[in-house]
Amino acid sequence: MPPRFTPKVVTANALLDGDAVWLTEDDRWSPLISDAELITDEAHADLRLLQAKARASEIAGAYLADARMGADGPEPLHFREAFRTRGPSNYPHGKQVAPQSRT
Amino acid sequence: MYVYNDFDETFVRARVAQFRAQVERRIDGSLTEDEFKPLRLMNGLYLQLHAYMLRVAVPYGTLNPAQMRQLAYIADRWDKGYGHFTTRQNIQYNWPKLGDVPDMLEALADVGMHAIQTSGNTIRNVTADHFAGAAADEIEDPRAIAELLRQWSTDHPEFQFLPRKFKIAVTGAAADRAVTRAHDIGLVVVRNDAGDVGYQVIVGGGLGRTPMVGKVLRDFVSKADLLPYVEAIVSVYNLLGRRDNKYKARIKITLHENGIETIRDLVEDRFDAIRAGFGGYDQTLLAEIEKSFSPPAFVTKATDGYEAARLANPAFRSWSDTNLSAHKAPGYAIVSISIKKHGATPGDATSDQMRVMADLAERYGHGELRISHEQNVILPHVHQADLPAIYAALRKADLATANIGLASDIIACPGMDYCALATARSIPIAQQIATRFDELKIEHDVGPLKIKISGCINACGHHHVGHIGILGLDRAGVENYQITLGGDGTETTTIGERAGPGFSADDIVPAIERLVTGYLDLRRDQSETFLQTYRRLGLAPFKTLLYPNEDKADAA
Repeated sequence: MPPRFTPKVVTANALLDGDAVWLTEDDRWSPLISDAELITDEAHADLRLLQAKARASEIAGAYLADARMGADGPEPLHFREAFRTRGPSNYPHGKQVAPQSRT
Repeated sequence: MYVYNDFDETFVRARVAQFRAQVERRIDGSLTEDEFKPLRLMNGLYLQLHAYMLRVAVPYGTLNPAQMRQLAYIADRWDKGYGHFTTRQNIQYNWPKLGDVPDMLEALADVGMHAIQTSGNTIRNVTADHFAGAAADEIEDPRAIAELLRQWSTDHPEFQFLPRKFKIAVTGAAADRAVTRAHDIGLVVVRNDAGDVGYQVIVGGGLGRTPMVGKVLRDFVSKADLLPYVEAIVSVYNLLGRRDNKYKARIKITLHENGIETIRDLVEDRFDAIRAGFGGYDQTLLAEIEKSFSPPAFVTKATDGYEAARLANPAFRSWSDTNLSAHKAPGYAIVSISIKKHGATPGDATSDQMRVMADLAERYGHGELRISHEQNVILPHVHQADLPAIYAALRKADLATANIGLASDIIACPGMDYCALATARSIPIAQQIATRFDELKIEHDVGPLKIKISGCINACGHHHVGHIGILGLDRAGVENYQITLGGDGTETTTIGERAGPGFSADDIVPAIERLVTGYLDLRRDQSETFLQTYRRLGLAPFKTLLYPNEDKADAA
């Protein structure tokens, strides 16, 4: 049996401001990981990544990141990905400041 | 200071115009990220965890007040009102928007600055002793040769696609404040037996994954021969350096794999071949550049006020004890402004602080500022009579921390709070260590201590050469901090030894505290520094301090 596939989200940085974004099921780029499509199938993950990378005029550096389903939607598994959902720890900058107001 | 000539000006403006068009083509979709990435990196633009980052070169760490004010303006206009000074004497902006970057570069060009070759496999910003031109122990100001190297390396057609990045550091004094032995090429100004000024040439130093101390390639290269000799080194490396494995591509590995004798022979051959081609033009240029680095008109004033202020104000006395260094001109001092307030982010200055420092340099400092690789700002030429006024102004701007060279004067890379390469955070660790030592009130008693933190193996935080080095790693999905001890980045450069297993983010600060308070009991007397004590006793007693429970387990 192949090892169990860890669910993934497609994530990237928005082209214009570099903000971390996640690919939603309906093909939007959201600044919130909780909006992301949680992908549980490896082949589908590869396909979604290819589709994401094709959107060169919207984002840069798309990749697959491990995630799990939480109470409000997908959550990061690794601390690096968790930092990307918040911002730096030394200043109240980035998403931790009113993430909903960002696009 | 060197001022851009027409050639520099035209070149930098042309690069800005080029990059503006490239950014437009990226935004309108005609360039893919793969196509755009090498172009943006050539202009110092990175994409990090939360945003873009623009790395601006501060050549050999020297700034004039107008440039510092422009850096403040850029921070306010296009970033979040602050900048981060780095271990390579650069400044980084952490929040630029892609579409604004060409305007930021244009604003830099307005004051004779750029972000060219602050990334990529090219010759990077040439760094220098931050006390250059001021230090009492200096043979000659190394910045003229650094400027010549900047002009030669900028857009040098042969060296735009080296096997890997290439860093050159220059110092004019035997006391090495520029970490020359941890650079691809380190140049140390020396005098030969005839009394002529020339350079000792060190190659193959570097930190990162495979830390190595540079080796002397030639004991003396005359000033006239320096540029062709350096070109010969880079040229040999360009052909011989490995391009199959990026972890083996730096010149330190080339040197290690081929042996210094082979490299030396190849460099000498290449040097013989290209030397005549320089035709003396570089010397004409150097003579011109040297004029721009002639010392300022030092003045003579009474220093009674300084002595009186020292007696009257203990806080001023403490600051002047730690933050001043010996100047070559009588009555003068070098002021190190600490950008390391306890609990603040090492190397960060707000735009207001930048303007205060620019004003002070203009009013009291012969119009000069420096950025040190230790992430502080220097006023190199200050008369002692003006120190009380400077101190008062610094205090108002929250810049009067008296901790230069002490435990809380920590070098830290941006780490995983910003950097896409990082494996752990470094800034919060630095903040917590500094805050803890401030609470303990022992750092003045502890004395000289260099703590350096990197958030990954690439070692931007110079952890290998910290007396105490901290390396942040990802151990099975958790931040983990490895300690090295006994490192030294001066003329006696030493790579620190790994102390043992790493510590969690919660345990690293108490571990550092045990090391430092334990050292107070281990030292012979107050004059023996942490590094000297470590060299005398070795790793064992420090290991016992770090891992007390293990000792008990062994004894049981």
